[in-house]
Amino acid sequence: MGPREIQVTAPEGQEPLLRMSGIVKRFPGVKALDGIDLEVRAGDVHCLLGQNGAGKSTLIKVLAGAHQPDGGTIRWQGDDIRIVNPQDAIDHGIATIYQELDLVDGLTVAENIYLGHERARWGVVARAEANRSAAALLRRLGHPEVAPDIEVGRLSSAGKQIVSMARALSHDAKLIVMDEPSAVLDQEEVARLFGVIRELAAQGVAIVYISHRLEEIREIGDRVTVLKDGRTAATGLAAAETPTSEIIRLMTGRSIEYVFPERSEGQRGETVLEVSGLGRPGEFDDVSFTVAAGEVVGLAGLVGSGRSEILETIYGARKAKAGTVTVAGRRLRAGRVGAAVAAGVGLCPEERKSQALVLHESVARNISLASLGRFARGGFVNRRDERRAADDQVRALDVRPADVQRHVRTLSGGNQQKVVLARWLLRECRVLLLDEPTRGVDVGARSEIYALIRDLAASGIAVVVVSSEIEEVIGLSDRVLVISDGALVHDSPADEIDEHQVLDMVMEGEAA
Amino acid sequence: MSAQTSATASEERTSAGAPSRDSGGSLRGMTALFSGPAGRNLGLVIALLLLCVVGLITAGDRFVSFDNMMTILRLASVIGVVSVGMTFVITGGGIDLSVGAIVALSSVWASTIATQTLAADTHWLVMVTTALLVGAACGLVNGTLIAYGRMAPFIVTLAMLAGARGLAEIIAQKRTQVVTVNEFIDVIGGRILGIPVLVIIFAVVAVAGWILLNRTTFGRRTLAVGGNPEAARLAGINVKRHTTLLYVLVGVACGLAAVMLLARTTAGTSTHGMLYELDAIAAVVIGGTLLSGGRGTIVGTVFGVLIFTTLTNVFTLNNLDTSTQAVAKGVIIVVAVLLQQRVAARNGSPP
Repeated sequence: MGPREIQVTAPEGQEPLLRMSGIVKRFPGVKALDGIDLEVRAGDVHCLLGQNGAGKSTLIKVLAGAHQPDGGTIRWQGDDIRIVNPQDAIDHGIATIYQELDLVDGLTVAENIYLGHERARWGVVARAEANRSAAALLRRLGHPEVAPDIEVGRLSSAGKQIVSMARALSHDAKLIVMDEPSAVLDQEEVARLFGVIRELAAQGVAIVYISHRLEEIREIGDRVTVLKDGRTAATGLAAAETPTSEIIRLMTGRSIEYVFPERSEGQRGETVLEVSGLGRPGEFDDVSFTVAAGEVVGLAGLVGSGRSEILETIYGARKAKAGTVTVAGRRLRAGRVGAAVAAGVGLCPEERKSQALVLHESVARNISLASLGRFARGGFVNRRDERRAADDQVRALDVRPADVQRHVRTLSGGNQQKVVLARWLLRECRVLLLDEPTRGVDVGARSEIYALIRDLAASGIAVVVVSSEIEEVIGLSDRVLVISDGALVHDSPADEIDEHQVLDMVMEGEAA
Repeated sequence: MSAQTSATASEERTSAGAPSRDSGGSLRGMTALFSGPAGRNLGLVIALLLLCVVGLITAGDRFVSFDNMMTILRLASVIGVVSVGMTFVITGGGIDLSVGAIVALSSVWASTIATQTLAADTHWLVMVTTALLVGAACGLVNGTLIAYGRMAPFIVTLAMLAGARGLAEIIAQKRTQVVTVNEFIDVIGGRILGIPVLVIIFAVVAVAGWILLNRTTFGRRTLAVGGNPEAARLAGINVKRHTTLLYVLVGVACGLAAVMLLARTTAGTSTHGMLYELDAIAAVVIGGTLLSGGRGTIVGTVFGVLIFTTLTNVFTLNNLDTSTQAVAKGVIIVVAVLLQQRVAARNGSPP
């Protein structure tokens, strides 16, 4: 069943702030946008949804002046306009906050906010004045604790986001486009970000908010536009009332929810991974747990609680200062990735692009990276064997497109994640450590990743999953561990604990 | 057309690779032709051919004679061997500014009275071994400081550039050390079937380098380490050891280049290899190896070396001064890197 066109027209007499209609953008061989309609009213939080490749990025680049559309009209505050370049967009009052924040780490908060339009007299930067007005902007955003005169490099991701928003406001933006702002934030920071967004909306600023997380959209969004294959599948949907299944159906053309696969009952194998008294002062202390073959253990905790650090220490990417890691009875040497890999441990790190993939290499080469020795005789790589093995993995994991010669960068987030998984499957690992396996993975592909992780466990691999999304930890795991402030505060079967209890412990740091 | 095409093509990649619905026809074909590996080298082939045409027109038979061709190749062979080594270091995400100084030190060390006496008493290969070992040792120092001492390659090799040449001056006492081991000069400086041994060495090194980079685990790991060191580390590759090996490799290449220079000039001196670092980096970069690492081409490097050497030859045959030649070199480097950036953009990396 194809997507229906759903149109909700604005009330009579109220001209929307932005009306994009019939936007077309062609690239050689590809029609990235094929007649997109988007209406945003002042003071609205308008959510943009769509799978990877649906055209969200291209659309916001058109809006930001980075791309010129090949067709369609943009009506801004009642006038037809053309946005010829990024500066033009800013002059009109359209600011875009990209996923990779474009801040200069070595400059102060105030200097970043006024970068390109410095407060200056006779060419001399008026620092005191810039700091004063930056402080005013930060107050307006509800974050007076961010000092205008500290270096941006010392701020957290959340702090940087606030600076980016302050910069947008400094241009007197009437529309702020935010591309997946919550991807790098933990739950508490997201909550504060939402406070800021609501505040801005109340002041009449329109927000276009892009996210993969439906629950966020429910919470913050007023209206939803769903893109699919470069077209508007639906626009102006009420964020609070439209059922999830409807949104997912519009995005995917199929009807699926976040379906967590059935846990496999019984049949636990023997203990494969044993972590005992593991610690790194300042990060985490005295962490002990075991994972059996075929078991999925989830680690829940806030960013900075030490959960990723624990995974990396098990893997040897960080050196344990205390405690031991034992895999199938063999003790691993601390701080040696090579030893962990040789013992059959694989890590899918948190930052797929910067930590896991060699982006301009092919899918096949990324898959074979950890097991090159298997295809080599006397140091020479047998490329036919390599390709065949990669092909098998690509087929088994249903990586799309199923072309191992393709550059891995051209794949969507979900398929890139599968490539990283494939690397370790090819290596025939016994322990798989997954750090945020569904970050940046769109809704449709998530269920596939979940099912895949389950299948891997069923094949006898011991799996440890770290995730910021508590629902995911509980839904996916057999056992849930909760980390708070570097300490393991809870360890129980997943069906004996619910989301609220975990959330409580994560926030409070005490066992319920 | 090039600017227009490459700009749009780069955007094409960013649009998540949706299946093509309307094909761009011939335009797309042209883009594909120039963006493929063959296309990269096609540009270099054209540049080299253009140079040859210029040589033919301006110098006629003097340029196209077999002897002149061999002269060009002989000149290219020493810097060529260094450049092949440099290709590995740059592909692996590093840089080596000390190659010229290592060549000088190796040439001096291999031609001291002590070494030559030993070589005369035993075998001329002693000189070769000495040069290779000195080069490898310098590379090992570079690599260890960079990988395990966590210093910037630029700084470490800059220090080696100063230090190694200084040491060469101390050992040689700034004098030219004439090579008296005749077998050495006869063999390395000789010809086989009319082809200079130097050229044969260069050819062997280039082929071996190509195989090493494109067909072995070592080459694969070099690409991974240069392309994304963190991913390589987390995939279980010993990045530090690999980085060290890359500098040892370029050191050995410098040692070999020193051997070739000793044979060609029949003397070792601390002024050998002056500015080789710049010539080698220039050849590697115009060949299409990414200065940021992760992508390297031996074939491109060989073409880069040949282009610069042919340029020198054409200028020399026409009695043009070296200053004009330097300007021409500068222009070639800029144009080549501009082209390379376009290709990089087309392949989807940020411009």
